[in-house]
Amino acid sequence: MWLTNSSVGRKIVMSVTGLFLVLFVTFHALMNLVALFGFKYYEAICEFLGANWYALVGTLVLAAGFVIHICYAFWLTLQNRSARGDDRYAVSARPKGVSWASQNMLVLGLIVVCFMVLHLIQFWANMQLPEIAGKTAMKGVQALATAFGPQWWYITLPVYLLGFAALWFHISHGFWSAFQTLGTAGDKWIPRWKCAAMWWATIVFLLFAVEAVYFTLHFNGIINC
Amino acid sequence: MDNAISFKLKIWRQASPQEKGRFETYELRDIPTDTSFLEALDILNEQLIEKGEEPVAFDHDCREGICGMCSLYINGHPHGPATGATTCQLYVRRFRDGETITVEPWRSAAFPVIKDLMVNRNALDQIQQAGGYVSFNTGGAQDANAIPISKVDADEAMDSASCIGCGACVAACKNGSAMLFVAAKVSQFALLPQGKPEAKRRVKAMLAKMDELGFGNCTNTGACAAECPKNIKLSNISRLNREFVSAKCRD
Amino acid sequence: MEEKIKTTAVIDSKIPEGPVAEKWTNYKAHQKLVNPANKRRLDIIVVGTGLAGASAAATLGEMGFNVLNFCIQDSPRRAHSIAAQGGINAAKNYQNDGDSVYRLFYDTVKGGDYRAREANVYRLAEVSNNISDQCVAQGVPFAREYGGLLANRSVGGAQVSRTFYAKGQTGQQLLLGAYSSLNRQIKSGKVKSFNRYEMQDVVMIDGRARGSIAKNLVTCKLERFAAHAVVIATGGYGNTYFLSTNAMGCNVSAAMACYRKGAYFANPAYVQIHPTCIPRHGDNQSKLTLMSESLRNDGRIWVPKDIEDAKKLQAGQIKGSDIPEEKRDYYLERRYPAFGNLVPRDVASRAAKERCDKGFGVNNTGQAVFLDFSEAINRLGIDVIRQRYGNLFDMYEEITDVNPGEKASTIAGVDYYNPMMIYPAIHYTMGGIWVDYELQTSVKGLFAIGECNFSDHGANRLGASALMQGLADGYFVLPYTIQNYLSDQITVPRFSTDRPEFEEAEERCQKEMDQLMAIGGKRSVDSIHKELGNVMWDYVGMGRTKQSLETALEKIKDIRKEFETNLFVPGSQDGMNIELDKAFRLRDFITMGELIAYDALNREESCGGHFREEHQTEEGEAKRDDENFFYVACWQYNGDDTKAPSLIKEPLHYEAIKVQTRNYKN
Repeated sequence: MWLTNSSVGRKIVMSVTGLFLVLFVTFHALMNLVALFGFKYYEAICEFLGANWYALVGTLVLAAGFVIHICYAFWLTLQNRSARGDDRYAVSARPKGVSWASQNMLVLGLIVVCFMVLHLIQFWANMQLPEIAGKTAMKGVQALATAFGPQWWYITLPVYLLGFAALWFHISHGFWSAFQTLGTAGDKWIPRWKCAAMWWATIVFLLFAVEAVYFTLHFNGIINC
Repeated sequence: MDNAISFKLKIWRQASPQEKGRFETYELRDIPTDTSFLEALDILNEQLIEKGEEPVAFDHDCREGICGMCSLYINGHPHGPATGATTCQLYVRRFRDGETITVEPWRSAAFPVIKDLMVNRNALDQIQQAGGYVSFNTGGAQDANAIPISKVDADEAMDSASCIGCGACVAACKNGSAMLFVAAKVSQFALLPQGKPEAKRRVKAMLAKMDELGFGNCTNTGACAAECPKNIKLSNISRLNREFVSAKCRD
Repeated sequence: MEEKIKTTAVIDSKIPEGPVAEKWTNYKAHQKLVNPANKRRLDIIVVGTGLAGASAAATLGEMGFNVLNFCIQDSPRRAHSIAAQGGINAAKNYQNDGDSVYRLFYDTVKGGDYRAREANVYRLAEVSNNISDQCVAQGVPFAREYGGLLANRSVGGAQVSRTFYAKGQTGQQLLLGAYSSLNRQIKSGKVKSFNRYEMQDVVMIDGRARGSIAKNLVTCKLERFAAHAVVIATGGYGNTYFLSTNAMGCNVSAAMACYRKGAYFANPAYVQIHPTCIPRHGDNQSKLTLMSESLRNDGRIWVPKDIEDAKKLQAGQIKGSDIPEEKRDYYLERRYPAFGNLVPRDVASRAAKERCDKGFGVNNTGQAVFLDFSEAINRLGIDVIRQRYGNLFDMYEEITDVNPGEKASTIAGVDYYNPMMIYPAIHYTMGGIWVDYELQTSVKGLFAIGECNFSDHGANRLGASALMQGLADGYFVLPYTIQNYLSDQITVPRFSTDRPEFEEAEERCQKEMDQLMAIGGKRSVDSIHKELGNVMWDYVGMGRTKQSLETALEKIKDIRKEFETNLFVPGSQDGMNIELDKAFRLRDFITMGELIAYDALNREESCGGHFREEHQTEEGEAKRDDENFFYVACWQYNGDDTKAPSLIKEPLHYEAIKVQTRNYKN
């Protein structure tokens, strides 16, 4: 199967799952945004994405996307490290035009995963998981209040912001790289995709960051609207 | 001296593939700045021979930037700090007086060290042998002007064909991938009508060979194109991907 | 000296009967062929992977022979043909400017100062068209016009545009084309490729070349290879001069091994000095860099009219761009109005030397002239010029820190750009192993192709002809003619490399290596090689005299003695030993240097690249002596490197062309 046997095939898997995840985080950020206009709307979305069959299927597909993306990342990295050989360069310099993110995608991805673990514990483990298990689940706003409230915000907010920053770097390279891997780039399109990647990563980052800061301020009673 | 500098060379010495290598530091004094870097190494070697020591082994041949024989990872860059130039086109004026210049061989599992700074790049030949050609026998050609080819395509094919096979892309890539090298040849033939009939076979065979020989996976860092002494463009890799995916999808 | 040179029997060059235009066709129609089943039983050694070697190995493999192909580099793609910049000629007449096979033939013979073999040159011109077809079919990305058809330009010595080119990297693209065909054969198993191997000797069995001893340069061990025929395609001997435009690894050892086995060495004195190289800058210099001849299409060569300006330039007080148009002496345009800056290389080189000898040189050493693009840039714009020569401008800037595309001054409303500085340098060697019409040397079963044979360029080679000759020999000539030899070898079984002939040859090679290691003197290989190079350039260079050549022979004798008694080769024979490899090559360069001097001394005339100062016209042009020297000088080895070789003459016969004085003036 060429999607596992060939280097380009493996990269295709990375790019397709990557683009899928980019779409997911984009939707996620947009759905969170709803909370800024009123928590009842947010609650409605949470209700909608409970333990319904379509939400469960979605969750499974999403999980598969994550798992494949992460497994392939480790697989590729191991292969790449062994291709590099046992001796490392004593001095190596990053050439002009090569982004820092592009050379540190695994580390950035790991930071995002760490953030995700906390995020899943705080939300998914309290909301969808108990519902599947037939127990009482938390409401969305309740979960938000716990995570960003006085008890936890000083852990939640920094970890989230760090995660978002890592995500920014990760998407800033991953987004255009996916299009390059899919063969849709050329001399004209490489700069265009790179530009699009920057915008996309920045918008997603800003949405998440504003939302996290807003929740923190709101659930600590500093602002109330 | 006005137009001369002194510097230290920290050079990787390794007697043979089996033995362990190490860095040795040498000092060169009053080297005129219009000396090429390889000529500076020649001077060092003359000094070593004078002392009865073995000279530093490094690959070089044409010394005008076209044969692709010279290599060397100088101060963290394949072919040194200059862009769009090979090591043999690097001049001492690029360095500062008193600087320590670190010189290492290409590092890649597919390029084992032969001696000192010399590596075995036979893997690149093997990739070309897998499909980097148009299959036809001498004498069977039609008139050279029988197929018109747009100037744009011909020029672009020429840019891709400029690859000198030095392996700097592999040396620069943190993944040890030879994608730019493979992409350059695949692109040249993909852009020309002569290459079309066996385009699918070619791209699959060359990539399979690259994978088989233990080169890494491309992660689009772009270091290869940034360090390429012949400015082979990154878009070639995208074209390679496109050719490969379309070949696979039509299997 | 004279009596040492004995003239023996006249030799047979096997030129087919018939008018010159029909010889090759007749030959092919009547030659003997080898049938496909028998081809499988025949092995051929091809030494070298340049244009000639790679194309021959690939084509012989395609035909079904088993080929053993050797190169000293780490890959066949790196042979020095790759560095050829300008282009390749073909008599296609695509530009409708009156070109034809005959005209290419005529230009080449005339360019070679009427010292080439007519029949060979005609064949070369004839197959030139097949070569461009072949290369296009391989996917060589030649330059094209917007209409999609091939573009052409002109080079020195021609009044038509017949040169096909791929940017300034034509040699690279043609070599990569041949390399791709070679790769296809390597993959199919018909060609076995041996990289980093250097031929040390030819193995003779019953008077025929039947194999070789080659050194694996990585392990420093000798290995034996048997075959039915041996083809050498190992390039020229320019590095005898130490500084040349050749690659560092180019050497004459394989050719010398053939010479020692009885192959005649023809016309060694014909050495081409290329007019457009970057001048020498210091003692540490390892090689000279060529700037493509194509630059002379738009570049104009000049020195100052006033000696005072030249002195100021030499002192570094002014720059070339400070000198206005009216004070410039475009000496080529002045002396040769019809061809101007596009005169053949030998003429351009000598004219530069003449100006510099008179004190008009323009750099600190006084050994340089200007090549100026101001007029072309003002006429066509910098973009057009950069498109044509951008990579050459960049290369020049990288080396010299001067950008020829940069405006430097405006005098009286005229813009002047930085001129390039150029000076002649050793580039190509027209002489080489003597071969007959079939490209077979005077040793049976031993063939020589490409630059390493002597056959097609006479006393001077025209631009864009080297690529043509290398590929003609490899693709279209040798694969035919070698069959004429092999057709009666089909019953000869494969030889075992355990035979005493192989044993003996290997022992001899090993002994020579041991000897070099054992000298234990003080001098490095390069230091002696530089000394040889200086002698060659000073006494056997652009202008030669009887006296200078005799001095050279004396000095080379001393150099040989120094080499044999005071050489130091560090390291051991346990693994790669680069100094030992170089020592082996230098030994042969010394013998080669003597051979060049012997031939130059014998040839009491000036022709093409060989200029004897005693023989020139009042205007300083070369003066040939057709009555006494209308022959190919073939030198035969006399059993010992220190003994003078014997001269054998191959008289030239011209049927199609009237021999006359070369005229590029009108």
